[in-house]
Amino acid sequence: MSTRTLPLLFINLGGEMLYILDQRLRAQNIPADKAKKVSTVPAWIEEDRKRVMNDIITTMFNKKFLEELFKPQELYSKKALRTVFDRLAHASIMRLNQASMDKLYDLMTMAFKYQVLLCPRPKDILLVSFNHMDAIKDFVKDTPSILSQVDETYQQLIEMYTPLSNGEFQLIRQTLLIFFQDMHIRVSIFLKDKVQNSNGRFVLPTNGPVPRGTQIPGMIRIFSCSGEELTRLQFNNGGNYSSALREGSFEMFGNRVTKLGTNMYSVSRPVETHMSGTSKSSAQHTKVNAAPNPLAKEELNLLARLMGGLEVQKPGSTDTGFRVNLFATDEEEEEALISRPNELSYGVISIQATKDQQANAELTKIMGEFTESGDPSSSASSKGDDLLAMMDGL
Amino acid sequence: MFHKEKSIQLKNSASALYNNLSVLRIAPRRLTYFTVVHANVVNMVSTSWDGLNYSHRQLQSKEPNVATSTSLIMQAAFCALPSRDLLVVSSQKGIQMYESDGSIMVYWHALDTPEAPTAHAVFARGISAVSDNYVCVGVSSGAVLVFDVPSKGSNITLSEVLEEHKEAITDIASECSGSQECLANLVTADDGGNMCVWKSGEEFQLLNKIPGLDMTCSSVKLWKGTVLAGYGTGQIRLYEAVTGILHAEVNAHARWIYSLDIAPFSGLLLSAAEDSFVRVWHLSITPETNSVEIAHLHNECVTDTQICGAKFCDGDGYAFAVTGYDLSEIIRLIGRGEGRALLRVNWRDQSREEV
Repeated sequence: MSTRTLPLLFINLGGEMLYILDQRLRAQNIPADKAKKVSTVPAWIEEDRKRVMNDIITTMFNKKFLEELFKPQELYSKKALRTVFDRLAHASIMRLNQASMDKLYDLMTMAFKYQVLLCPRPKDILLVSFNHMDAIKDFVKDTPSILSQVDETYQQLIEMYTPLSNGEFQLIRQTLLIFFQDMHIRVSIFLKDKVQNSNGRFVLPTNGPVPRGTQIPGMIRIFSCSGEELTRLQFNNGGNYSSALREGSFEMFGNRVTKLGTNMYSVSRPVETHMSGTSKSSAQHTKVNAAPNPLAKEELNLLARLMGGLEVQKPGSTDTGFRVNLFATDEEEEEALISRPNELSYGVISIQATKDQQANAELTKIMGEFTESGDPSSSASSKGDDLLAMMDGL
Repeated sequence: MFHKEKSIQLKNSASALYNNLSVLRIAPRRLTYFTVVHANVVNMVSTSWDGLNYSHRQLQSKEPNVATSTSLIMQAAFCALPSRDLLVVSSQKGIQMYESDGSIMVYWHALDTPEAPTAHAVFARGISAVSDNYVCVGVSSGAVLVFDVPSKGSNITLSEVLEEHKEAITDIASECSGSQECLANLVTADDGGNMCVWKSGEEFQLLNKIPGLDMTCSSVKLWKGTVLAGYGTGQIRLYEAVTGILHAEVNAHARWIYSLDIAPFSGLLLSAAEDSFVRVWHLSITPETNSVEIAHLHNECVTDTQICGAKFCDGDGYAFAVTGYDLSEIIRLIGRGEGRALLRVNWRDQSREEV
């Protein structure tokens, strides 16, 4: 269908990926001075986090790649696009295994699907894209070379998309919706915010502001042949709508007005230690997540693997970098997750396997922050739920 | 006024495309056919009137290739001509015409697709039968292809190309009141909301152009010389076809309208939009006195669904069917007792049998 869809798909998915990675890296952050005392243990210090983000963003906005991207073309298949993001994620020092990458991709795609569906007008997808771009710009604000790449991309977006008509934007939206067709993977942050139902479908409210250019439904006007209004009738619209919000900015800077496409992981949230029960029907709705594993645990595995950090290193061996896989196989990792006792459960997500006082203290503190505000039943919750709670704290 | 009947399950979900539901009622065989588009596949369901038998069929666009998105279907619609019924499928590659049960493809017209993709997408969209022997299909360039259809066989030919629109065609409709007195019998609409009104013939005649206000007209109908147009702003407008006079304007929906349908015998109008609502209206049009009335009758909310197709299942509007994006079923609604009484009152200008 539309041959102008790929740049928007790539930039928005990339933006979501960066949000997820950034939040996870921050959650595992160990202040630089403390890290120095922990001589043999590599850790995700702030420097490394910035390095990962910079590396990925540099690759994302590579001039040659973007040139290719902005050419008129049909959308890539899901598989092909995932390969692109696979490469992108590995542009940094961080390493992810296949299953983790799949899951990261699922989270990214569900987030963007949500944004596309909820856009009041098709052209608001451009505002969503600008929200992602604004955040990316903020990630690299201290690095002028990358910043200029990002600025150039803004220009390309503005040039290509601002002249498009509403109908052409709707075609882009319809093309994106075909790409996202039948994806109903449940995302815990959406479930918690009640923007997604337990069957994986997004909530489409029948209230709230109407899009710009649309009137609140309810009025019928009849005109005479000479154009004067003869009658006015009202009808009940069945919803609860309000007037449109002001127009967002379609330029390089400005208030985009819409919150769609902003970083939903950055706000700290009260923790629920009990996720809503998973139902078998989730398996029917999703093509990707066919296994009966509770979705939440899958997400957990992903994030654990993302930031699980390093291979278990014997002391004295050289620093082999920042490999994420702690375990040789998925089963092994899952087994470890399930069988590890409560008090050590955070260890699975910890960056290093070695028991280090400082690191443990830091992680215990993080753990403490999350479970403090939980309900009384939290102490009785299963290990899975505790880990969930930690993830939900993002 | 309308209550839900048992839904019809589909093999896959409906795609977010304008007018994504077509219905054909075959009275002699007591069957109704439904078609819903999913990406590069047309899902056809044939249902018996007693509700006991369902059969499914899937049609693929020519050169199916699931891995790429180059063979996506934009619309599938039944074209009921006096002598025969056809199922017309318009896609990125071209136009296919099948016998109405989807069993045999009788005609294929390829679009001029460029070697490399261009900034402007190429596709066919907007399908309607016109008068006795024409089928019109719109193209993304703004052209409208007119096909001459013989009463049987596959000797369908491209008779004319109408080039008045500058933007992609969104929908096409023909006069459906059955009246022979209407001067205009075809309306075509485009992405910019512009509409052209035509009279069919060996050479189609352009009778009027109704300018759009830069907002897409996604669905259009023509009834008793009145154009009924649904827009991306959620408005419905009623224009007198040959003069372009605006008769009525309705702030009908809070989001983009995806489908309009009219039940020609009763004047019931159906509108469906991304806002999850299907609304039923009643129109009364008296061409002689130039009077138009529109009243709101009923709302149906399909929770958490962006509706992409809504059609009456019969000419009186006793029942209608609805499809939504990502929904793998056709939702059906049937009129209740008091609704039927309402319909009877409005038959004053039609001579009809009691059904």
